[in-house]
Parts: sequence; C-alpha cells; structure tokens
Amino acid sequence: MSHVLAITQRELRSVFTTPVAYVFILIFLMSSATLTFFVGDLYERNQADLVHFFTLLPWLFLFLVPAIGMRTWSEERKLGTIELLMTLPISLFSAVMGKFLASWLVIGLSLLLTFPLWLTVAYLGEPDLGVVITGYFGSWLMASAFLAITMFMSALNKNQVVAFILGVSVCFLFVVIGSNGVLNTLSTYTNNTVLDTLASFSFLSRFDSMARGVIALDDVVYFLLFTVIWLSMSLFAINMKKAD
Amino acid sequence: MISVNGLKKVFGKHVAVDALSFSLQPGDIVGFLGPNGAGKSTTMKMLTGFLPATSGTIEIAGKDIVRHRRDIQKQVGYLPEGAPAYGDMTVYQFLVFIARIRGIAKKERQKAIGYVVDKIDLASVVNKKIDTLSKGVVRRVGIAQAIIHDPDILILDEPMDGLDPNQKYQIRNLIKALSKDKIIVISTHLLEDVSVLCNRALIIAEGKLKFDGTPSSLKQLSKSYNSVMLKLSYAADISGLEDIEGVENIEFNHETNQVTLFPEKDKAIVHLIGEYVFQRRLPVDEMTISQGNLDEVFRALTSSEAIHEKNTVTEKSE
Repeated sequence: MSHVLAITQRELRSVFTTPVAYVFILIFLMSSATLTFFVGDLYERNQADLVHFFTLLPWLFLFLVPAIGMRTWSEERKLGTIELLMTLPISLFSAVMGKFLASWLVIGLSLLLTFPLWLTVAYLGEPDLGVVITGYFGSWLMASAFLAITMFMSALNKNQVVAFILGVSVCFLFVVIGSNGVLNTLSTYTNNTVLDTLASFSFLSRFDSMARGVIALDDVVYFLLFTVIWLSMSLFAINMKKAD
Repeated sequence: MISVNGLKKVFGKHVAVDALSFSLQPGDIVGFLGPNGAGKSTTMKMLTGFLPATSGTIEIAGKDIVRHRRDIQKQVGYLPEGAPAYGDMTVYQFLVFIARIRGIAKKERQKAIGYVVDKIDLASVVNKKIDTLSKGVVRRVGIAQAIIHDPDILILDEPMDGLDPNQKYQIRNLIKALSKDKIIVISTHLLEDVSVLCNRALIIAEGKLKFDGTPSSLKQLSKSYNSVMLKLSYAADISGLEDIEGVENIEFNHETNQVTLFPEKDKAIVHLIGEYVFQRRLPVDEMTISQGNLDEVFRALTSSEAIHEKNTVTEKSE
C-alpha cells in the first residue's frame, strides 16, 4: 500500500508540473458550463437540476479522460524510466494502481471544480442534493472505465498522442454503442436480444439512471468490473512488452 | 553471490545473449566488457529482473530470479543504460521517491539521502529539476539512487559515460570504497576503468563469453606484455638484440629510432637486454617495459574471427 501511495504522489506531482493537465481541466470546465447553459437549456427548462450536465458528461469525458491518462505508461516507455520502476522492489500491480489512482483523483478534482453549476442551480431553485451527489458519484465511477481504457492504450504505446487517439476511439465506441441513433440503425439488421446486449455494454445506458439519481447495483458492478478488466489487460501488456 | 547458468536471450531471430555462465563472489568488482551490441545491457536487464531469460537460470544469494524477483531486487542497486530518471522531479524529490519505494523508514531517509548527496557531490543541484541538469550530473543522480539503500549487489550500466575526468576519479573512489563485501558489476567501453577499478574482467562478444579472469591476466594475453622498448639517440648496430635468449622478434622504427623487443611466452627478457645494452654500450636514451595493451587484447578477443573460435579464455581469480 505504501508503494501505491508513493507512486500516486509521484504521478500527481508530475501531472501538475506540465501545463497540459491545467489546460485540459480548464477546457473541460468551460465547455461543461457552456454546453449545460446553451445546449442543455438550463434556463428554458425551468427545472433546478443538473440532469443535462450529467447527460453531457460522457461526451466531455471522451476527451478529458484520455488527455489525463495518455501519459501514464507512454512517458515511462519513452524516457526509459520503466526500467527503473520495474527493477525497484514493487509489484506491477502497485505500479498500475498508483498510476490509476493519481489520474482518477485528477478527474475527481475536475468534477469537483464544476461546483459553480450546482451553486447556480441551488441559487435558482431547490435541487435535490441526493440526486446531485449520486450524479457526481456515478460520473466519477464512469470516468474510471474511460481511464482504464486509456491506460491500456498508453501501456501499448510509446507515443502519448497515439495513446490519446486510440483511447478516444475505443471510449467513443463504448459510449456510442448505446445511443438511440446507433441502436435504431442496428435494429434493421438484428433482433432485440442482440440490441439489448449491446446496449448493456454501453456507458450511456449504464450511466443514464445514475445521472437521474438512481444507483443500481448492476451499474456500479459493471463499471467496477470493466475497470478491473482493462487495468488487468494493461498489467498484462506491460509485463509482455517491457523492453520495447 | 550471483550464479548465472546457460543464460540465453533471443529477440525474434536475433540471439542477444548465448549460453552465458559465470559466478560472482562478494568482493568482486567486475568489469563487463564488449563491443556495442554484444549483449552487456541485455545481460544486466536479466540480472536485475527486468527482462525474463529465454532459457538458463540466474540465482542471486541462492534464490532464483524468476520466483523471488522482489526479494532479489531489494538487495540490488541498478543504474539502467542511459541513466533514466523522472525529469519533472528535483534531485531531492527523486531520491525521496526511490527511498520510499526502497522501504527506507522516514527517520532514516534524510540520513540516507544526505549520505549519497555528500558522497556523489550533488549538494549544488539537489533542488534542481533533473530535466535541467547536464548529462554527467544525471548519470551521477542515477548512481546515487542505485546506492541509496546500501545494496549488497550493485549493477551499473555504463556509469562513467559522460563524466569528466574529475568526476570519473570521484566515482571510481566511491566504488572502491563501497566494494569490500559487495558484488559490483560495471559495464563499460573504457578499458582504463577495468584496469584501474576492477579485480575481474568478463568480456563478451555477440552474446558469448570470451574472457573471464583478472585484468592483469587479460593484459598478459597482449602480445606486447613485458615487451621492451629502447629509444636510441642515433642509429646503431642492433642486430645482436635478436639473438638474445627469450626474444621472439624485434621491431625497428627508423623514424623514431625505437626498437621494440617482444618476448617469447612467459619469458623474462628485461635483465638480459639490460646486460646487452651495457656491454655493447648501445646509445639508449630510454627503456620502457610494456604492461600490455588492453585495447589490443580487446580487439583480438572481440574481432569477428575471434568470435567464431569456440573457446573462452578462462582463468579463475582465486
């Protein structure tokens, strides 16, 4: 555990020494606010809640999370520090966990920084605090799935930019698979069982109820399991191809 | 103690390390030599548990590296090739990070860091970001992190690369001071390091062990070992020199008036030559006895013809 903490701390320090993280967090905050007010029609709807903010989140995460997670392993490979790290007496599991926690905390921080949205809504009306907290919790949980995918791509690649692009692409697949457009298109080719199965893999449908304040155990388990599987894959990938 | 048996590493079709066997004892300072691409770094990566061997075994302190990787890594200090370090950290932050991972308790940490900073003379850069430091300083930071936990085994991949002569001197002294009951393995291109620092030399070429013995026995392989060079002040009759007992052959350089006499194997010729020069009153300005030329031996052992001879020159240091 002390190894995980040491690595988390190192990673956090490293994230905030470059301007990249600040820039992406700023872009995330600005676009989340703008989109909620204008696309989400916060005023017109006359409802004091953050549902529209949460429905937009998966699409914003599509860029924020790969941007935060892309450097995790790519940079170690590029600088050669992976050799240093892997010859220290730590388990690969601690290294993966430490890196995951650091990036996940950064994303958590970005989410917390959207608090002015909540303040606005609280000023205008009386939002249900429970729903908002559930929404934030769900968002953070969903972010772990995005992050696990990105870290796997980063583990495969020396180049951060390639890791970012691969991360965005695969995350996009898991988001879009549950959107109405895709499901409608597919419904002409296949039956409902297949569609339901596909939709159940989608981040959108899993996140939907949490965005509305309902925490279902199967959704939580889905995101946790998804994260564990993709993190194990990166563990495996790093072990297989340390040297290149 | 390190014991390596039949170690082999294959990358795709390329055999990087081939049937390497040797064993090292505490007190050994081993110079690991070989041309570029000979498999030195690959062997070191396997010794430190970074890369798995294709076949063969590595045992360190009686434990197999595959099954006891973390136990072994606790006892090993390692400077990887190119001295990688986290550039976004300061030297101090980096050393704290390594000390934490190495499990040095909080109370001991300052002492351990203070010790290496002092020994490796890093005090002036301790609060600078590693990215901003010169190559030689980064190399020394890499050495600092390798010795911070006082390891029993120290594996340094080209520790002298990029250091100026003063820094080399300092690092050599440091390594000598550390070496009493440790095993130290240093890979290097610099034959000078081996003769000054090491008590054992391993030479590999194309992944195969070509020499295992002391640096002095390595020098004895040299053609010019114990050869005698005479510098004459003017041309004189030197025909008799060739007939001295034990002289294998003789070379004369007309431009510099230098005569070099090569001895037959294991023959001492110095006193005979001295006598001859005295008797014949040869106009000798200078007389030098060569200790052997490591460059020449290195070339002879690692040139492509030598590689294809199967035998390894081995001489046990005890």
